[in-house]
Amino acid sequence: MASRALAPSLLDLVGSTPLVELSRLAPPGVRVYAKLEGQNPTGSIKDRIAKAMIEAAESSGELEPGRELLEPTSGNTGISLALVARLKGYRLTCVMPENATEERRRLLRLFGVDIIDSPGAEGSNGAVRVALELAQQEPRYYMPFQYANDANPRAHYEGTGAEIAVALERVDCLVAGLGTGGTLMGAGERLRESFPEVTIAAAEPLPGDPVMGLRSLEDGYVPPILDVSKLDRKLLVSNDEAAAAVRQLLDQEGIFAGVSSGAVLHVALRLARELDEGSVVVCILADGGWKYLSADFWDADDPAATMESSHWW
Amino acid sequence: MSRVRIPPPLRDVTDGLQEVDAQGGTVGDILDDLVSRFPGLDGQLRHANVYVDGEDIRVLDDLETSVAPDSTVILLPAMAGGF
Repeated sequence: MASRALAPSLLDLVGSTPLVELSRLAPPGVRVYAKLEGQNPTGSIKDRIAKAMIEAAESSGELEPGRELLEPTSGNTGISLALVARLKGYRLTCVMPENATEERRRLLRLFGVDIIDSPGAEGSNGAVRVALELAQQEPRYYMPFQYANDANPRAHYEGTGAEIAVALERVDCLVAGLGTGGTLMGAGERLRESFPEVTIAAAEPLPGDPVMGLRSLEDGYVPPILDVSKLDRKLLVSNDEAAAAVRQLLDQEGIFAGVSSGAVLHVALRLARELDEGSVVVCILADGGWKYLSADFWDADDPAATMESSHWW
Repeated sequence: MSRVRIPPPLRDVTDGLQEVDAQGGTVGDILDDLVSRFPGLDGQLRHANVYVDGEDIRVLDDLETSVAPDSTVILLPAMAGGF
């Protein structure tokens, strides 16, 4: 890892994110630390897996000069892949639902990404379907596919998890958002090696809710890299709870985090209250709040009402 | 009696009800009670994820997970995210 002061490339600044104590939010006697993944080069935890997936494919020979990258994503993974693709000289095409926000499209286009639309009504599943079909038809494409790529959890085993294990002498509970499962699987496995009694806890959005900033996949798709049996806790978080917690982070700790971090904090504080004195909780805050600035919930009286959630109850 | 929240895709077979009360000390008992009253749920529930007070029963004791009378059981279609 390059020193923070002088790095040969932005890619050398991926990872080694800081842990900060949330002393104002933690219940008495328990220490809660937040790992600030928003401090990665493009502002999210996905920089770790984008770099890892591309470098793994280069090492294995699957990704050779002249091949192009393809991934179904309109979110952080696309932006992270765009940075890696730009610096390593690959073209990148992202497949996203036609109703993805203009803000996201614009950012990806600025990075030189080609965008292919998938039917909006099919949601993120449609983007996955179109990308899989394209990858099969066009051999020039290499698709990292974060849901099924072992380099995803490995980046969190070797990076995220190892960094936490080195920084802290005790970890009783790790909380991260449940998306592809990469963070929980990889960092969880690494922390279990150092702290065998650690509780690995997933914060899960209600299906269809935008809380995670990482859309849910419908129709029962379970990412191949996710093994639910390796989770000790798995807790649903509603829009209201996530929005309230992301405001707490900002108001009390000065951390401007993305919406999924609210869900993670909500679960971290619930579990922290169950723990004995002296326990240590680590929560992974996947990104900063910048990409969600145009969302209305920040200053709404009833944040949940402003979110385009599907209403379950 | 515990409260069970029914997701939209399953409401066709619960007479449109969003929430129903069900009897039983475990998740398995509760689901059996539901199926006996709403036979259309039979076979559908295996595709649902079940939560007791917000926690996935797969990290608890699955169908043996105990349910208190004041608990809320949530049924959701199985899915995951990470886009």
